[in-house]
Amino acid sequence: MNLRNTFNLGVKELRGLWRDPVMLVLIVYSFSLSVWTSSNAAPEALTNAAISIVDEDQSHLSSRITSAFYPPYFVAPQMITTAEMDQRMDQGLDTFALNIPPDFARDVLAGKSPAIQLNIDATRMSQAFTGGGYIQQIVSSEVSEYVAGYRAATALPVDLALRARYNPSLDPKWFGAISSVIQSITMLSLVLTGAALIREKEHGTVEHLLVMPVTATEIMFSKIWSMGLVVLLGSAFSLVMVVQGLMAVPVQGSVLLFLAGAMLMVFAMTGLGIFLATVAGSMPQFALLLMMALLPLQVLSGAMTPRESMPEIIQTIMLAAPNTHFIILSQGILFRGAGLDVVWPQFLALAAIGVVLFRLALIRFRKFLR
Amino acid sequence: MSGPVSGAVAGVSGLTLRYGRVTALEDVTLEIPSGRMVGLIGPDGVGKSSLLSLLAGARVIQDGAVEVLGGDMRDVAHRNRVCPRIAYMPQGLGKNLYPTLSVEENLDFFGSLFGHNKAERERRITDLLAATGMTPFRSRPAAKLSGGMKQKLGLCCALIHDPDFLILDEPTTGVDPLSRRQFWDLIDRIRVTRPGMSVITATAYMEEAARFDWLVAMNAGRVLASGTTGDLLSRTGADNLDAAFIALLPEEDRGEDSAVVIPPRIRDDSEIAIEAEGLTQRFGDFVAVDNVSFRIPKGEIFGFLGSNGCGKTTTMKMLTGLLEPSEGRAKLFGHEVDASDLSVRRRVGFMSQAFSLYAELTVRQNLELHARLFDMAAEKIPARVEEMISRFDLADVTDSLPEALPLGIRQRLSLAVAMIHAPEILILDEPTSGVDPVARNGFWRILAELSRKDGVTIFVSTHFMNEAEWCDRISLMHAGKVLVSDTAEGITRTKGCATLEDAFIAYLEEAIAETAPAPALAPEALAAPAPAAGLAHPAPQSAFSLRRLLSYSQLESLQLQRDPIRLTMALLGSLLLMIVIGLGINMDVEDLTFAVLDRDQTTTSRSYIADIAGSRYFIEQPPLSSYDEIDARMRSGEVALAIEIPPGFAADIAAGRNVQVGAWFDGANPTRANTVQGYVQGMHADWILRQARQIYGDAATTGSFELVTRYRYNPDVRSLNAMVPAIIPILLLMIPAILTTLSVARERELGSIINFYVTPVTRLEFLIGKQLPYIALAMLNFFLMMAMAVTFFAVPFNGNFFGFTLTALIYVCATTALGFLVSVFIASQVAALFATALLTLIPAVSYSGLIDPVSSLSGFGRVLGEVYPSTWFITAARGSFSKAFGLAELAGPMLAMGIAVPVIIGLAAVFLQKQAK
Repeated sequence: MNLRNTFNLGVKELRGLWRDPVMLVLIVYSFSLSVWTSSNAAPEALTNAAISIVDEDQSHLSSRITSAFYPPYFVAPQMITTAEMDQRMDQGLDTFALNIPPDFARDVLAGKSPAIQLNIDATRMSQAFTGGGYIQQIVSSEVSEYVAGYRAATALPVDLALRARYNPSLDPKWFGAISSVIQSITMLSLVLTGAALIREKEHGTVEHLLVMPVTATEIMFSKIWSMGLVVLLGSAFSLVMVVQGLMAVPVQGSVLLFLAGAMLMVFAMTGLGIFLATVAGSMPQFALLLMMALLPLQVLSGAMTPRESMPEIIQTIMLAAPNTHFIILSQGILFRGAGLDVVWPQFLALAAIGVVLFRLALIRFRKFLR
Repeated sequence: MSGPVSGAVAGVSGLTLRYGRVTALEDVTLEIPSGRMVGLIGPDGVGKSSLLSLLAGARVIQDGAVEVLGGDMRDVAHRNRVCPRIAYMPQGLGKNLYPTLSVEENLDFFGSLFGHNKAERERRITDLLAATGMTPFRSRPAAKLSGGMKQKLGLCCALIHDPDFLILDEPTTGVDPLSRRQFWDLIDRIRVTRPGMSVITATAYMEEAARFDWLVAMNAGRVLASGTTGDLLSRTGADNLDAAFIALLPEEDRGEDSAVVIPPRIRDDSEIAIEAEGLTQRFGDFVAVDNVSFRIPKGEIFGFLGSNGCGKTTTMKMLTGLLEPSEGRAKLFGHEVDASDLSVRRRVGFMSQAFSLYAELTVRQNLELHARLFDMAAEKIPARVEEMISRFDLADVTDSLPEALPLGIRQRLSLAVAMIHAPEILILDEPTSGVDPVARNGFWRILAELSRKDGVTIFVSTHFMNEAEWCDRISLMHAGKVLVSDTAEGITRTKGCATLEDAFIAYLEEAIAETAPAPALAPEALAAPAPAAGLAHPAPQSAFSLRRLLSYSQLESLQLQRDPIRLTMALLGSLLLMIVIGLGINMDVEDLTFAVLDRDQTTTSRSYIADIAGSRYFIEQPPLSSYDEIDARMRSGEVALAIEIPPGFAADIAAGRNVQVGAWFDGANPTRANTVQGYVQGMHADWILRQARQIYGDAATTGSFELVTRYRYNPDVRSLNAMVPAIIPILLLMIPAILTTLSVARERELGSIINFYVTPVTRLEFLIGKQLPYIALAMLNFFLMMAMAVTFFAVPFNGNFFGFTLTALIYVCATTALGFLVSVFIASQVAALFATALLTLIPAVSYSGLIDPVSSLSGFGRVLGEVYPSTWFITAARGSFSKAFGLAELAGPMLAMGIAVPVIIGLAAVFLQKQAK
């Protein structure tokens, strides 16, 4: 392989990219605005949950409970009757309906452990879970404040000191921002190389290259290093300026180690990008393939939901995807401050997958050139 | 019916057309005589195509007037009235054909657009195919036809409705001489049977133009002259049209000396530059190049002629080492060409058929890059680049991008690039295709100089006979075989013909007669009486025709069937995505790992741990022994929760002293962390209450209450039961919308949208026709997804299936229509694809009650949510799956979406352009 050719061709790719305003906007957007918005858009645990209350107790305690639900977590509760409750839930107007039974306050004080009924529309999954927990807490604290004066020392003196590590306030922005950087790396390394190859094919310049003294390997490497460089610079910028700087998210580990991992990731993904581009005949077909490939890669790799709650088989299959390893290593490094001593297996796996993808892409690429 | 033979079939006055800042036509005034064969001549990019598309009504008139067949083409009613009498064949081989459709299917589509019934179409197709000798290829896909056959098919498609005015835009560019002659013979014969028909043709071949009745010469958006061929020749005093045209050009555009003179070559055949011995290339069963041999001495200009697809390019690829021959050998300077030997490539310069320089690099950057790739020493590069720039006269454009340059200059640049490393052999694949005569002459002057002065061996393929005559020797290739190799004179003499073209055609006909008993042209087929006048224009064109609508449906489904990637997307895309989302976006947090640092080791501490370990949410890992270990194992992500029980835990509890259990959990993923926190708090409280009961009895329960949570509609609280009914609406929105958007954007990008512009099909017929197959596909998808929901995901369906299916049908009508609405505004396929994905997904996810009920939204989001079809279908889907909705409950959503469908389709139809801008 001739390194000078690889270098010269890579410079050509960069010049080409420089003249492609759409791609430039996409790159800038993915590493700045998109990171910013998607982390801010990450929903707070609960917002504007629709709740209504059937108050059959009409006591001091029940009105305390009612007034404890307020925005932004909940909309101001609707006071309704038992009869309205079912109807409103069927129409999907309320997600929660709290039913406070008659004599609730009296029974609480009497130690009768009365039941308070909470109806949850479980078709709204995310709200159903977190909201259920919130409501439990709110009602509990109102009740215990209410009974505070009456209570004898009957509770056990056991405290639970529960601390979240790496993100003590459980600020969803942190996770959202870093996930979004990772997502941009995945997407751009696929799109940039794949689109570059298809553009060359559509313009007939690939064939032209082949009559020159350059090899397929050189062409592939030139695309990988140039587009990889763009993605790496973009992610470094995004991490340092946007995530650490603008959004003040603390990064625990070494940014350099993360970028080293990102380099391996980009190597693997560009191989995949070239592979997809050789399968697709034209840009629209490539775009369709991209949609079908990108979504599973991102959703099932553990970037959005924890891997361990996916079925065993999916977890196993996804071990073959570079994303999975990249997400483990970047979460380890960026959130938990892990060093190479901890994440080396992921580095190794990424490198291996990268080599395999590169080989496959090279074989397809050679055929594609024929 | 047909207009009088004299008079004008069309006329334009003061016609001006601009594309952005480029002026394509400037104040053109012209009368086109009726019943004649009119030729429009001039180089590329002078406005010929623009003029023709305006005449065909395919383009919006900006300034000036266009009158065709006795009416104003601005007038929609007139356009609709005359469009069945006009036939338009746009530029580009098979531009308005559908490449995946067979010859017959293409013809059938055009026939039905013009309202012919099945039997009538069948009759006409058979007639036309027989007349053009295409009968044997009836079921071959258009993409697999040779260039000449594609053009014949294009002509058949144009003629299927017996037009009175035939508009042909460069129908023979890139077609071999025999096919070209056959094409014009065909037109002549048709004109015999339909003498009233007027034909206007644009062409770049002057020798063709000579046979037309009347000519219009154009340059730079203006008409230079018009009249009969004789008129033009006598006016300019030239003896051929090439010269006449150049003489008509304004002084500054004429270039240097108009004639190309190639100095005779001093014969020196001692060194053979290129040698082919029995070169053969097979692709599967197909023999592209069959046993080709030739020897080309150094310094010779060797011409290679033949029809498109006869194997010229393949031969060239073998010579350059791009392709390895199946048999035989190619030698350059006595060394066998080895594809893996890069050193050979340094001695060869190659210019491929398509213009293949980097559009994103400037002229200078292109030259520099190629110099570097050919390993030139860095210090020599600037001088060499300057040399090429001056030699190829590129000094004015060094910093321009190639795309901004006229074709002629681009070809010079291509040649400069191919020459940058001073190769000894130049291989040029149709370098002058589409270039105007002046630029072509200039190009050949450079070639002559290279050959005679620098001793470069030039191997060049061309379609132009005058270029062939300039070569030292030429080879004629047909169907993979070399028919003859000789000097131009030699070939002409051997066949005893007057011109080289005649001689070639004689060779070709001979070869065709040998290989296949010719599908001889059958003039009698056309001589058959033209269909009765009434049949020719069956239409008083109706405002709505089911046949036209269905012909678009048929077309769309055939195309879809033959595009594997789109078909996969349509059929399996939704299932794949359903699995991905269903399994991936799982809110159930389970199987969390935890480990304990138990410094107490008593029954009490163990009972505390057992509570956690026993729950289905947590999996216990080997115990911890130190804080450092907590750090390490949590950092590697091995444990998500670590619990520390202090020494003396049991004793302190018994004594009523305060104790504190420590718990750390991984907060990296806040959603998961929240859940973990909730679980741990709950279990802790539960454990304390139980312990307190044991110790204090009922007194412990003062102030306690029970929160009875009823998860309605999904009592097991399975994520899937909630997710699946929400995924189906999203997928039924996104994928059908993407497919319909693509179907319109594709037509636009590939050029077949012209058929919509120039045929009687209406906007609604076009849209609804295209929509039907996608509605059917979406419904198929719906059933597949329902089956998967109920079986694979085991989500119970409690509602009325018939009612829900009906709701889904209305919903997909709306979502496919939404795709059209997007496509109306966005031109390119890729942009349309992503725009549709975003535009459909965002409102569906954010404003359709998927996460927050619409009732809790406000402002614009609320309004959009109330009218967006997804809102209604998500309500219907959730209701049908979980809340046992019946027909009565579904009526509301159905009605709401039922109103949306005509509104969306109507908007798309209103904004859809029936002419190009």
